[in-house]
Amino acid sequence: MRRGQKNWETLMPQVTLTVNGKSHTAEVEGRTLLVELLRETLRLTGTHVGCDTSQCGACVVHIDGESAKACTVLAVAAEGTSVTTIEGLAAADGTLHPMQEAFREYHALQCGFCTPGMVMSAIDLVQKNPQGLSEHEIREGLEGNLCRCTGYHNIVKAIAAAQDVMHGRVSELARAAE
Amino acid sequence: MYDFTYHKPTSVADAVALLAADPDAKPISGGHTLLPALKHRLNKPSALIDLSGIAELKGIKREGDAIVIGGMTRHADVATSAEVKAAIPVLAYMATVIGDTQVRNRGTIGGSVANNDPAADYPAAVLGLGATIITSKRRIAADEFFLGMFTTALEEGELLTGVSFPIPEKAGYAKMRNPASRYVMAGALVSKGPMGVRVAINGAGPCVFRQAAMEAALSSNWSADAVAAIKQDADGLNADIHGSAEYRAHLVTVMAKRAVINAG
Repeated sequence: MRRGQKNWETLMPQVTLTVNGKSHTAEVEGRTLLVELLRETLRLTGTHVGCDTSQCGACVVHIDGESAKACTVLAVAAEGTSVTTIEGLAAADGTLHPMQEAFREYHALQCGFCTPGMVMSAIDLVQKNPQGLSEHEIREGLEGNLCRCTGYHNIVKAIAAAQDVMHGRVSELARAAE
Repeated sequence: MYDFTYHKPTSVADAVALLAADPDAKPISGGHTLLPALKHRLNKPSALIDLSGIAELKGIKREGDAIVIGGMTRHADVATSAEVKAAIPVLAYMATVIGDTQVRNRGTIGGSVANNDPAADYPAAVLGLGATIITSKRRIAADEFFLGMFTTALEEGELLTGVSFPIPEKAGYAKMRNPASRYVMAGALVSKGPMGVRVAINGAGPCVFRQAAMEAALSSNWSADAVAAIKQDADGLNADIHGSAEYRAHLVTVMAKRAVINAG
């Protein structure tokens, strides 16, 4: 037992959930967090733990299509849900999701630590706003994600460009200015 | 976090039975306050009773001249509800400014109201609109519900199942957020309707409270100018590194003015 003392008299709860389209069953403790299940049991380490206090958003994943901070969800509470992590976005042939592609094109990352959470939050934000988002609305929509490098400017540009691709308004991502 | 046993009942009756059987068990809804507290080991429940599997606790419906919201209804659901937007727009607006998107996707009205954090938003709506708290065993008027910091009239083993909001003629909300934590430094919800003229202040004191002088002023003259003249007494208000009691007292008047303007 890595943390604390295992209570051998208590049966370990089991959780079954779908992660990136694949069903998984795992034994967890009641207190195991979803982000611990993803990172430590399923070895999906793209989901990061920044603050561990539901402030920074580095751990954002989608639970049944909606963004959530995986550091503040119990693994057992995710029973029966479908979870998508950053590893589940790209196509099988490696083609990036338009949001990932936009982050690359617009240099929307510096150290990269906040990036998985930013991308997951940004996709939820864009999907919920098919009418399109202004720069101001994108900034407000990212309230739950902190970039410690303060690289917000290019993150906002990337999301603005990606939304046009995601909503089919353009067929190709607009290139960043040289 | 200390470990605990986890239960996920599917009815209110089962949840209440689990709570009655174990005095050290705690209910959990969205978990965005409780889980951070457990991580700090501020609390050591023997078991968590997850309410998210109880369908009867979710949903929004209009019952006569009231909107009844189930305790497990998430902020995101209140924010986007056509029913709430049409009948009590201030409530839908408030739900859009609680925490961030991810908090709104998990956090629930029942959790927020039962927790009664001084810096929470919903207690201002419950008190300011004169709502009624519905529990597993009774109905409690808002004026009798909020007793003090993190303290409510809920008894051991009693579960908050919903909130019934009377539909006001007009109502507005304004808050000043701490720029770093985004929690409420001072907020005001003003309303006029079947419950009379009400002004509820959150964030400024240890518990949400009604501002009687402002209610009297707005009763005779519903305007921002009417509250602008009224000073909040700083005595007993919160004072910390983020702001003095005097600063919060000043904010109370400013937020009340803005809330009246927002109410129209």
